[in-house]
Amino acid sequence: MCVLCNVLASEHWAELEGGRRGRFMRVRLLNRVLAFYGLRLDDWSGRVWVLRDRKGRSAVVNDLGSLWVAAERLAGRPLDPLEPALVVAL
Amino acid sequence: MKIPVALVTGFLGSGKTTLVSRLLQHPDMGETAVIVNELGEVGIDHHLLRRVDERTVLMPSGCLCCALRGDLADELRDLKARRDAGEIPPFERVVVETTGLANPAPIVSTLLSEPLVTHHFRLEAVVTTVDAQHGLRHDESVGQAAAADRLVVTKSDLADPSAVIERLRRLNPGATLVEALFGDVEPAALFDGVREHDPRDLDYDESPEHAHEIRAFCVTFDEPLDWIAFGIWLTMLLQARGSDVLRVKGLLDVGADGPLVLNGVQHVVHPPEHLPEWPDEDRRSRLVFIARGIEREALERSLTAFCRAA
Repeated sequence: MCVLCNVLASEHWAELEGGRRGRFMRVRLLNRVLAFYGLRLDDWSGRVWVLRDRKGRSAVVNDLGSLWVAAERLAGRPLDPLEPALVVAL
Repeated sequence: MKIPVALVTGFLGSGKTTLVSRLLQHPDMGETAVIVNELGEVGIDHHLLRRVDERTVLMPSGCLCCALRGDLADELRDLKARRDAGEIPPFERVVVETTGLANPAPIVSTLLSEPLVTHHFRLEAVVTTVDAQHGLRHDESVGQAAAADRLVVTKSDLADPSAVIERLRRLNPGATLVEALFGDVEPAALFDGVREHDPRDLDYDESPEHAHEIRAFCVTFDEPLDWIAFGIWLTMLLQARGSDVLRVKGLLDVGADGPLVLNGVQHVVHPPEHLPEWPDEDRRSRLVFIARGIEREALERSLTAFCRAA
Protein backbone atom coordinates (compact mmCIF):
# COMPACT_ATOMS: atom_id res chain seq x y z
CA MET A 1 0.00 0.00 0.00
CA CYS A 2 1.06 3.58 -0.42
CA VAL A 3 2.52 4.91 2.80
CA LEU A 4 1.15 8.35 2.10
CA CYS A 5 -2.20 7.67 0.51
CA ASN A 6 -3.37 4.66 2.39
CA VAL A 7 -6.91 5.94 2.59
CA LEU A 8 -8.55 3.16 0.64
CA ALA A 9 -6.59 0.27 2.01
CA SER A 10 -8.10 -1.69 4.86
CA GLU A 11 -4.87 -2.10 6.78
CA HIS A 12 -1.45 -0.59 6.36
CA TRP A 13 1.15 -3.05 5.06
CA ALA A 14 3.53 -2.35 7.92
CA GLU A 15 0.84 -3.04 10.55
CA LEU A 16 -0.42 -6.37 9.25
CA GLU A 17 1.13 -8.45 11.99
CA GLY A 18 1.72 -8.38 15.71
CA GLY A 19 -1.80 -7.96 17.09
CA ARG A 20 -2.29 -5.95 20.31
CA ARG A 21 1.20 -6.61 21.55
CA GLY A 22 2.58 -5.45 18.21
CA ARG A 23 0.53 -2.29 18.44
CA PHE A 24 1.91 -1.61 21.93
CA MET A 25 5.51 -2.24 20.82
CA ARG A 26 4.97 -0.05 17.76
CA VAL A 27 3.78 2.91 19.83
CA ARG A 28 6.71 2.46 22.23
CA LEU A 29 9.30 2.61 19.45
CA LEU A 30 7.46 5.41 17.65
CA ASN A 31 7.62 7.48 20.84
CA ARG A 32 11.39 7.02 21.02
CA VAL A 33 11.66 8.33 17.47
CA LEU A 34 9.07 11.09 17.82
CA ALA A 35 10.62 12.36 21.09
CA PHE A 36 13.61 13.48 19.02
CA TYR A 37 11.25 15.90 17.26
CA GLY A 38 9.39 16.98 20.43
CA LEU A 39 6.33 14.89 19.60
CA ARG A 40 4.37 12.27 21.53
CA LEU A 41 1.97 9.57 20.40
CA ASP A 42 -0.88 8.03 22.43
CA ASP A 43 -2.92 5.01 21.52
CA TRP A 44 -6.59 5.83 21.73
CA SER A 45 -8.68 2.75 22.52
CA GLY A 46 -6.54 0.60 20.24
CA ARG A 47 -8.13 2.12 17.15
CA VAL A 48 -6.45 5.43 16.33
CA TRP A 49 -3.39 7.31 17.49
CA VAL A 50 -3.27 10.86 18.80
CA LEU A 51 -0.10 12.78 17.98
CA ARG A 52 0.77 15.83 20.12
CA ASP A 53 3.45 18.48 20.14
CA ARG A 54 4.71 20.56 23.08
CA LYS A 55 2.54 23.51 22.14
CA GLY A 56 -0.58 21.44 22.72
CA ARG A 57 -1.41 20.94 19.09
CA SER A 58 -2.65 17.49 18.18
CA ALA A 59 -3.67 15.33 15.24
CA VAL A 60 -5.61 12.09 15.07
CA VAL A 61 -3.93 9.56 12.78
CA ASN A 62 -5.04 6.14 11.60
CA ASP A 63 -1.84 4.44 10.55
CA LEU A 64 1.87 4.81 9.88
CA GLY A 65 1.23 6.46 6.53
CA SER A 66 -0.84 9.33 7.89
CA LEU A 67 1.33 9.52 11.04
CA TRP A 68 4.46 10.68 9.19
CA VAL A 69 2.50 13.26 7.20
CA ALA A 70 1.01 14.71 10.41
CA ALA A 71 4.33 14.50 12.27
CA GLU A 72 6.09 16.44 9.53
CA ARG A 73 3.41 19.13 9.75
CA LEU A 74 3.60 19.43 13.57
CA ALA A 75 7.40 19.29 13.65
CA GLY A 76 7.65 21.81 10.84
CA ARG A 77 10.39 19.84 9.13
CA PRO A 78 10.93 16.50 7.40
CA LEU A 79 11.47 13.52 9.70
CA ASP A 80 14.39 11.76 8.05
CA PRO A 81 15.39 8.42 9.60
CA LEU A 82 18.89 8.83 8.11
CA GLU A 83 19.53 12.03 10.07
CA PRO A 84 22.76 11.24 11.98
CA ALA A 85 21.63 12.97 15.19
CA LEU A 86 18.46 10.85 15.30
CA VAL A 87 20.46 7.66 14.72
CA VAL A 88 22.74 8.60 17.62
CA ALA A 89 19.76 9.53 19.85
CA LEU A 90 18.16 6.11 19.33
CA MET B 1 -9.23 -16.45 -10.33
CA LYS B 2 -7.93 -12.94 -10.57
CA ILE B 3 -7.25 -11.55 -14.02
CA PRO B 4 -3.56 -10.73 -14.58
CA VAL B 5 -2.71 -7.16 -15.55
CA ALA B 6 0.59 -6.44 -17.29
CA LEU B 7 1.82 -2.88 -17.23
CA VAL B 8 3.91 -1.84 -20.24
CA THR B 9 5.76 1.40 -19.74
CA GLY B 10 8.75 3.15 -21.29
CA PHE B 11 9.80 6.57 -22.51
CA LEU B 12 8.40 8.29 -25.60
CA GLY B 13 9.42 6.43 -28.73
CA SER B 14 11.01 3.52 -26.86
CA GLY B 15 8.87 0.92 -28.60
CA LYS B 16 5.96 0.24 -26.22
CA THR B 17 3.29 0.13 -28.89
CA THR B 18 5.42 -2.04 -31.18
CA LEU B 19 6.00 -4.45 -28.32
CA VAL B 20 2.31 -4.59 -27.38
CA SER B 21 1.26 -5.05 -31.03
CA ARG B 22 3.62 -7.98 -31.49
CA LEU B 23 2.68 -9.55 -28.18
CA LEU B 24 -1.00 -9.47 -29.12
CA GLN B 25 -0.29 -11.49 -32.24
CA HIS B 26 1.31 -14.30 -30.24
CA PRO B 27 -0.94 -17.33 -29.74
CA ASP B 28 0.17 -17.68 -26.11
CA MET B 29 -1.29 -14.28 -25.26
CA GLY B 30 -4.83 -15.64 -25.64
CA GLU B 31 -7.63 -13.15 -25.41
CA THR B 32 -6.22 -9.89 -24.17
CA ALA B 33 -7.89 -6.61 -23.36
CA VAL B 34 -5.69 -3.58 -23.92
CA ILE B 35 -5.94 -0.24 -22.18
CA VAL B 36 -3.95 2.58 -23.73
CA ASN B 37 -3.60 6.26 -23.06
CA GLU B 38 -3.15 7.17 -26.67
CA LEU B 39 -4.69 5.60 -29.71
CA GLY B 40 -1.67 4.26 -31.48
CA GLU B 41 -0.95 1.57 -33.98
CA VAL B 42 -1.85 -1.33 -31.74
CA GLY B 43 -3.40 -4.00 -33.95
CA ILE B 44 -6.77 -4.68 -32.40
CA ASP B 45 -7.75 -7.76 -34.36
CA HIS B 46 -9.66 -10.00 -32.00
CA HIS B 47 -8.47 -8.02 -29.06
CA LEU B 48 -10.24 -5.31 -27.21
CA LEU B 49 -8.88 -1.86 -27.26
CA ARG B 50 -9.87 0.76 -24.78
CA ARG B 51 -8.77 4.32 -24.72
CA VAL B 52 -8.26 6.00 -21.39
CA ASP B 53 -7.98 9.70 -20.98
CA GLU B 54 -5.36 10.90 -18.57
CA ARG B 55 -7.54 11.59 -15.59
CA THR B 56 -5.84 11.63 -12.27
CA VAL B 57 -7.70 11.73 -9.00
CA LEU B 58 -5.67 13.26 -6.22
CA MET B 59 -6.02 11.61 -2.87
CA PRO B 60 -6.89 13.85 0.11
CA SER B 61 -3.37 13.74 1.52
CA GLY B 62 -2.24 15.41 -1.66
CA CYS B 63 0.69 13.25 -2.65
CA LEU B 64 1.01 13.81 -6.37
CA CYS B 65 3.24 10.81 -6.88
CA CYS B 66 0.68 8.41 -5.51
CA ALA B 67 -2.42 9.99 -6.93
CA LEU B 68 -4.75 7.15 -7.69
CA ARG B 69 -5.32 6.69 -11.35
CA GLY B 70 -9.08 6.87 -11.19
CA ASP B 71 -9.35 6.50 -14.93
CA LEU B 72 -7.58 3.18 -14.88
CA ALA B 73 -9.65 1.86 -11.98
CA ASP B 74 -12.87 2.90 -13.80
CA GLU B 75 -11.78 1.20 -17.00
CA LEU B 76 -10.83 -2.04 -15.29
CA ARG B 77 -14.11 -2.19 -13.39
CA ASP B 78 -16.04 -1.39 -16.55
CA LEU B 79 -14.22 -4.06 -18.56
CA LYS B 80 -14.98 -6.64 -15.90
CA ALA B 81 -18.65 -5.65 -15.66
CA ARG B 82 -19.12 -5.77 -19.43
CA ARG B 83 -17.33 -9.10 -19.66
CA ASP B 84 -19.57 -10.55 -16.95
CA ALA B 85 -22.65 -9.19 -18.71
CA GLY B 86 -21.58 -10.85 -21.97
CA GLU B 87 -21.32 -7.51 -23.76
CA ILE B 88 -17.70 -8.15 -24.75
CA PRO B 89 -15.82 -11.40 -25.36
CA PRO B 90 -14.15 -12.99 -22.36
CA PHE B 91 -10.51 -12.00 -21.88
CA GLU B 92 -7.79 -13.70 -19.89
CA ARG B 93 -5.38 -10.87 -19.42
CA VAL B 94 -5.22 -7.08 -19.51
CA VAL B 95 -2.29 -5.13 -20.90
CA VAL B 96 -2.06 -1.49 -19.83
CA GLU B 97 0.17 0.65 -22.02
CA THR B 98 1.11 3.92 -20.32
CA THR B 99 2.08 7.20 -21.91
CA GLY B 100 5.78 7.77 -22.40
CA LEU B 101 5.93 10.33 -19.64
CA ALA B 102 3.92 8.39 -17.09
CA ASN B 103 5.30 7.72 -13.65
CA PRO B 104 4.47 4.06 -13.04
CA ALA B 105 4.07 4.45 -9.25
CA PRO B 106 0.46 5.77 -9.25
CA ILE B 107 -0.56 3.06 -11.70
CA VAL B 108 1.04 0.35 -9.57
CA SER B 109 -0.67 1.93 -6.56
CA THR B 110 -4.06 1.66 -8.28
CA LEU B 111 -3.47 -1.98 -9.14
CA LEU B 112 -2.37 -2.84 -5.60
CA SER B 113 -4.61 -0.76 -3.39
CA GLU B 114 -7.92 0.08 -5.07
CA PRO B 115 -10.21 -2.46 -3.37
CA LEU B 116 -12.57 -2.99 -6.30
CA VAL B 117 -9.60 -3.50 -8.60
CA THR B 118 -7.62 -5.83 -6.34
CA HIS B 119 -10.70 -7.99 -5.85
CA HIS B 120 -10.74 -8.97 -9.52
CA PHE B 121 -7.28 -8.17 -10.90
CA ARG B 122 -3.67 -8.82 -9.94
CA LEU B 123 -0.55 -7.01 -11.12
CA GLU B 124 1.32 -9.56 -13.20
CA ALA B 125 4.44 -7.67 -14.22
CA VAL B 126 5.82 -4.22 -14.90
CA VAL B 127 7.52 -4.33 -18.31
CA THR B 128 9.65 -1.34 -19.31
CA THR B 129 10.99 -0.68 -22.80
CA VAL B 130 14.28 1.20 -23.15
CA ASP B 131 15.65 2.01 -26.55
CA ALA B 132 19.31 1.33 -27.24
CA GLN B 133 19.72 4.59 -29.07
CA HIS B 134 18.50 7.03 -26.43
CA GLY B 135 18.83 4.98 -23.27
CA LEU B 136 17.97 6.66 -19.99
CA ARG B 137 18.35 10.32 -20.75
CA HIS B 138 15.38 11.54 -18.76
CA ASP B 139 14.30 11.24 -15.13
CA GLU B 140 11.03 9.68 -16.25
CA SER B 141 12.80 6.90 -18.09
CA VAL B 142 15.04 6.17 -15.09
CA GLY B 143 11.96 5.87 -12.85
CA GLN B 144 10.27 3.60 -15.37
CA ALA B 145 13.32 1.35 -15.64
CA ALA B 146 13.68 1.20 -11.84
CA ALA B 147 10.06 0.09 -11.48
CA ALA B 148 10.48 -2.78 -13.96
CA ASP B 149 10.24 -6.50 -13.31
CA ARG B 150 11.25 -7.04 -16.94
CA LEU B 151 13.39 -4.71 -19.05
CA VAL B 152 13.09 -4.85 -22.83
CA VAL B 153 15.94 -3.22 -24.74
CA THR B 154 14.71 -2.15 -28.18
CA LYS B 155 16.20 -0.74 -31.38
CA SER B 156 19.54 -2.51 -31.07
CA ASP B 157 19.64 -2.39 -34.88
CA LEU B 158 20.07 1.39 -34.63
CA ALA B 159 22.70 1.55 -31.89
CA ASP B 160 25.02 -0.74 -29.98
CA PRO B 161 22.96 -1.67 -26.90
CA SER B 162 25.90 -2.68 -24.69
CA ALA B 163 26.22 0.65 -22.85
CA VAL B 164 22.47 0.83 -22.18
CA ILE B 165 22.40 -2.79 -21.04
CA GLU B 166 25.30 -2.21 -18.67
CA ARG B 167 23.61 0.85 -17.22
CA LEU B 168 20.30 -1.00 -16.79
CA ARG B 169 22.01 -3.93 -15.07
CA ARG B 170 23.52 -1.53 -12.55
CA LEU B 171 20.33 0.47 -12.12
CA ASN B 172 17.91 -2.43 -11.68
CA PRO B 173 19.83 -5.66 -11.11
CA GLY B 174 16.67 -7.47 -9.97
CA ALA B 175 14.90 -7.10 -13.31
CA THR B 176 15.33 -9.67 -16.07
CA LEU B 177 16.59 -8.07 -19.25
CA VAL B 178 15.69 -9.14 -22.78
CA GLU B 179 16.51 -7.62 -26.14
CA ALA B 180 13.77 -7.35 -28.73
CA LEU B 181 13.89 -6.10 -32.30
CA PHE B 182 10.54 -4.80 -33.53
CA GLY B 183 8.82 -6.15 -30.43
CA ASP B 184 9.79 -9.73 -31.21
CA VAL B 185 9.82 -11.40 -27.81
CA GLU B 186 8.15 -14.48 -26.37
CA PRO B 187 5.39 -13.60 -23.88
CA ALA B 188 6.84 -16.21 -21.50
CA ALA B 189 10.06 -14.18 -21.29
CA LEU B 190 8.05 -11.25 -19.98
CA PHE B 191 5.37 -12.83 -17.84
CA ASP B 192 6.54 -16.22 -16.54
CA GLY B 193 8.11 -16.45 -13.11
CA VAL B 194 7.91 -12.75 -12.30
CA ARG B 195 6.71 -13.44 -8.76
CA GLU B 196 8.95 -16.42 -8.10
CA HIS B 197 11.47 -14.49 -6.00
CA ASP B 198 14.70 -15.84 -7.35
CA PRO B 199 17.30 -14.89 -4.73
CA ARG B 200 19.82 -14.36 -7.52
CA ASP B 201 17.84 -11.21 -8.29
CA LEU B 202 19.32 -9.78 -5.10
CA ASP B 203 22.82 -11.02 -5.73
CA TYR B 204 25.05 -8.94 -7.95
CA ASP B 205 28.32 -7.12 -8.14
CA GLU B 206 27.89 -3.63 -6.93
CA SER B 207 29.79 -1.21 -9.08
CA PRO B 208 30.12 2.42 -8.17
CA GLU B 209 28.47 4.83 -10.55
CA HIS B 210 29.16 8.39 -9.66
CA ALA B 211 28.26 9.99 -12.94
CA HIS B 212 24.60 9.50 -12.13
CA GLU B 213 23.44 9.91 -8.60
CA ILE B 214 20.91 7.10 -8.96
CA ARG B 215 22.39 3.76 -8.09
CA ALA B 216 21.40 0.32 -6.88
CA PHE B 217 22.92 -1.23 -3.82
CA CYS B 218 22.27 -4.21 -1.61
CA VAL B 219 22.08 -4.07 2.18
CA THR B 220 22.42 -7.34 4.09
CA PHE B 221 21.78 -8.14 7.74
CA ASP B 222 23.06 -11.25 9.51
CA GLU B 223 20.64 -11.04 12.43
CA PRO B 224 16.84 -11.32 12.07
CA LEU B 225 15.18 -7.94 11.61
CA ASP B 226 12.50 -6.67 13.96
CA TRP B 227 9.46 -6.38 11.68
CA ILE B 228 7.81 -3.64 13.76
CA ALA B 229 10.98 -1.55 13.70
CA PHE B 230 11.46 -2.24 10.00
CA GLY B 231 7.91 -1.10 9.17
CA ILE B 232 8.34 2.11 11.16
CA TRP B 233 11.74 2.75 9.59
CA LEU B 234 10.70 2.12 5.98
CA THR B 235 7.46 4.12 6.15
CA MET B 236 9.40 7.02 7.70
CA LEU B 237 12.10 6.74 5.06
CA LEU B 238 9.59 6.68 2.21
CA GLN B 239 7.77 9.71 3.61
CA ALA B 240 11.04 11.67 3.91
CA ARG B 241 12.85 10.35 0.83
CA GLY B 242 10.13 8.65 -1.26
CA SER B 243 10.96 10.52 -4.43
CA ASP B 244 14.61 9.46 -4.08
CA VAL B 245 13.85 5.79 -3.42
CA LEU B 246 12.85 4.55 -6.85
CA ARG B 247 12.65 0.92 -5.84
CA VAL B 248 13.07 -1.30 -2.83
CA LYS B 249 13.02 -5.05 -3.07
CA GLY B 250 14.13 -7.77 -0.72
CA LEU B 251 13.91 -10.95 1.27
CA LEU B 252 13.71 -10.33 5.01
CA ASP B 253 14.49 -12.64 7.89
CA VAL B 254 11.89 -11.64 10.49
CA GLY B 255 12.43 -14.74 12.62
CA ALA B 256 9.91 -16.97 10.81
CA ASP B 257 10.66 -20.24 8.95
CA GLY B 258 10.74 -18.52 5.58
CA PRO B 259 11.51 -14.96 4.49
CA LEU B 260 9.16 -12.06 4.01
CA VAL B 261 9.14 -10.74 0.45
CA LEU B 262 9.19 -6.98 0.12
CA ASN B 263 8.65 -5.07 -3.11
CA GLY B 264 8.04 -1.35 -3.44
CA VAL B 265 8.01 1.30 -6.15
CA GLN B 266 8.54 4.80 -4.74
CA HIS B 267 5.87 5.29 -2.04
CA VAL B 268 3.98 2.19 -3.05
CA VAL B 269 4.76 -1.04 -1.22
CA HIS B 270 3.20 -4.34 -2.29
CA PRO B 271 1.54 -6.18 0.60
CA PRO B 272 4.47 -8.19 2.04
CA GLU B 273 4.26 -11.92 1.43
CA HIS B 274 5.57 -14.75 3.64
CA LEU B 275 7.39 -17.55 1.83
CA PRO B 276 7.11 -20.96 3.54
CA GLU B 277 10.85 -21.51 3.21
CA TRP B 278 14.05 -19.81 2.07
CA PRO B 279 14.80 -20.26 -1.63
CA ASP B 280 18.51 -20.99 -0.99
CA GLU B 281 21.10 -21.49 1.74
CA ASP B 282 21.64 -17.79 2.32
CA ARG B 283 19.25 -16.79 5.10
CA ARG B 284 20.40 -13.26 5.65
CA SER B 285 18.01 -10.37 5.12
CA ARG B 286 18.81 -8.79 1.77
CA LEU B 287 17.42 -5.48 0.61
CA VAL B 288 18.11 -3.89 -2.75
CA PHE B 289 17.55 -0.16 -3.06
CA ILE B 290 17.54 1.86 -6.25
CA ALA B 291 17.98 5.32 -4.87
CA ARG B 292 19.16 8.83 -5.61
CA GLY B 293 21.69 10.44 -3.30
CA ILE B 294 21.37 7.92 -0.46
CA GLU B 295 24.42 6.14 0.95
CA ARG B 296 24.29 2.47 1.77
CA GLU B 297 26.20 2.95 5.01
CA ALA B 298 23.72 5.58 6.21
CA LEU B 299 20.81 3.21 5.55
CA GLU B 300 22.54 0.36 7.38
CA ARG B 301 23.35 2.49 10.41
CA SER B 302 19.84 3.90 10.57
CA LEU B 303 17.98 0.59 10.22
CA THR B 304 20.29 -1.06 12.73
CA ALA B 305 19.61 1.76 15.23
CA PHE B 306 15.84 1.41 14.77
CA CYS B 307 15.99 -2.38 15.29
CA ARG B 308 18.13 -2.00 18.43
CA ALA B 309 15.78 0.61 19.87
CA ALA B 310 12.79 -1.72 19.46
